Amino acid sequence: MIEIRLHGRGGQGAVTSAELIAIAAINQGKFAQAFPSFGPERRGAPVQAFARIDDIPVRTREKVYNPDIILVLDPSLPKIVKVTSGLKENGIAILNSHYSEKEVREILGDYKGNLALVDATKIAIEEIGLPITNTTMLGAFLKVTGLIEPSYMEEALKARFGKLAEKNIKALQRAMKEIKIYK
Amino acid sequence: MGKKIAKEVSIAIADAVAQCKVDVISAYPITPQTHIVEHLAELVNNGELDAEYIPVESEHAAMSACIGASAAGARTFTSTASQGLLLMYENLFIASALRLPIVMVIANRSISAPISIWNDHSDVMTIRDSGWIQTFAENGQEAVDLIYHAYKVAEKTLLPVAVNIDGFTLSHVIEPIELLDQDLVDKYIPPLRMKYKLDPKKPVSIGAIGIPEIYTEAKKAQDEALKASYKIIINAWRQFEKISGRKYQSVETYEMEDAEVALIIMGSLAETAMNAVDYLRRKGKKVGLVRFRLWRPFPLRDFIKSIGKVKALGVVDRAVSHCSTGGPVGIEVRSALYQSNKRPKVVNFIAGLSGRDVTKEDFIELFEKTYEALSKRLKVSYEIYGVKE
Amino acid sequence: MPKDQGLVSWKDLAPGMYILEPGNSVKFKTGDWRAYRPVLDKEKCIKCGMCYIFCPDLCYKKDEEGYFIVDLYYCKGCGICAANCPKGAITMVLEEA
Repeated sequence: MIEIRLHGRGGQGAVTSAELIAIAAINQGKFAQAFPSFGPERRGAPVQAFARIDDIPVRTREKVYNPDIILVLDPSLPKIVKVTSGLKENGIAILNSHYSEKEVREILGDYKGNLALVDATKIAIEEIGLPITNTTMLGAFLKVTGLIEPSYMEEALKARFGKLAEKNIKALQRAMKEIKIYK
Repeated sequence: MGKKIAKEVSIAIADAVAQCKVDVISAYPITPQTHIVEHLAELVNNGELDAEYIPVESEHAAMSACIGASAAGARTFTSTASQGLLLMYENLFIASALRLPIVMVIANRSISAPISIWNDHSDVMTIRDSGWIQTFAENGQEAVDLIYHAYKVAEKTLLPVAVNIDGFTLSHVIEPIELLDQDLVDKYIPPLRMKYKLDPKKPVSIGAIGIPEIYTEAKKAQDEALKASYKIIINAWRQFEKISGRKYQSVETYEMEDAEVALIIMGSLAETAMNAVDYLRRKGKKVGLVRFRLWRPFPLRDFIKSIGKVKALGVVDRAVSHCSTGGPVGIEVRSALYQSNKRPKVVNFIAGLSGRDVTKEDFIELFEKTYEALSKRLKVSYEIYGVKE
Repeated sequence: MPKDQGLVSWKDLAPGMYILEPGNSVKFKTGDWRAYRPVLDKEKCIKCGMCYIFCPDLCYKKDEEGYFIVDLYYCKGCGICAANCPKGAITMVLEEA
């Protein structure tokens, strides 16, 4: 079972991202689960969302404590939240950041594990016209993990966003190209 | 056969309610039930569901509207949680006593104070004795299937049914869910024809006074009806299995064949608990799990059978019954055992209040604590688990 | 406690204790414990209907001539009709046991 934790700020679409991951995975024939961190939501406040993917039915209702993958939508978050908390040793942190690998590792408190970086804010502004990075970061997720066929994710985006899907898919595809993986 | 699709459980529930072709929906929005009634309002507004959506000023009014509509022969639906259920309280007893087949989903949530929106079973345990048929879902698929079942049972028994789903833990989760094909739903739930209803052409009086010379008889009749509903509930699950391939029974067991120690739990946390059972089984411990799907009418015989030859039972309650002899489920279980010859040790834990996570590790610890009861004398009749001293 | 105080068997009750014969309270005789009964003096009566309006048990009915006549099947003998009659046309008379 692969466990994923998403970090974002209220309004950035972290919950939507988690849902799209689960929807795409299920449509691809896998078993999956997605849920928000339950509670009142405030725009701009740090939020988490979770997803699980497996080849057998997911049978747990725990929160995700030891994720295999963390996905950080907001570049300012790692400075105020310990986003790598509980991340498995062989897991990977995928961050939206315009900083260098070295700078990010420092911000993450001398983080030594696997890392993937993409400037999702820049891509989102250029492709979608808004600094909403959730779909862009899904591109990074697809590329880094290889867990979901991009076509299933694109279908899920079309179903969710309708007319707006096209721009989001472009942003997603750009992130797939521009993501840099540091192991 | 339908296809498994990725859906939020609340949305799937609303879709299932729509498939059951309800005539009247009346509800007041409250977290974490909101997505269910929002989606139904949307379906009605878009013309996808031919039903009357009655927006009301409170849950008290929501249940009143359902009572009126149901008495007039309409298929009704409502949903609530927590304080909303408490605000409905007096009307719940009227709905069941008037034998109205209303279906309600309770997205279980704790009750104030302190104010809390998170999941436990404090709300529904207050309506234990309301005369409603009460079922508990473990996952999204079961939640949806219990909706179809609820209409089937309600209309056959002329009793209201409350389907309980854990707030957030189920209501807000996206998972693979399969809805029945519409033709199967139509076959399973035929149009509602109530023998007696508010009909100007064939008038009846509903809600007459029960003087001392008749009240006891009325309550006895109601009690017998709820008792008799058990068979209908079981048969409805058997019929459901034939059309869906999904088998349901009143009490679910996991690894109970040779279990020495078992936990009892209701709702979605049973899934996590099963992982603890798997873990302990690998270590050679003979542990098992019992889950009530049907809570009212209490499936006494099925329960006694389900526990096999266990030597100790750990009952995990998700509500407090302050300073009584246990949590609501614990009290029930001890009382039920007294009606049989089985005498396992019973330990009662209150856990998972207001969304406090109960993890696999917690369940392992609860199993260990239940094991301890075999050799130790119990000092308290229940314990609030995981509390910071 | 005396046993079997019940009016009917629980088995004979309609579901939800519905009353399948609505309006059957007209069968209920309320006029069997009266001490006084109202007697109308048609000479004084102006057919104003005050007795009809004030009767708490709806015992009065208009007859063909327009007089309001009490139905003794229901009349409890409370005397409200007599007290409200503007012409003093109603007298309460002791019932002979």
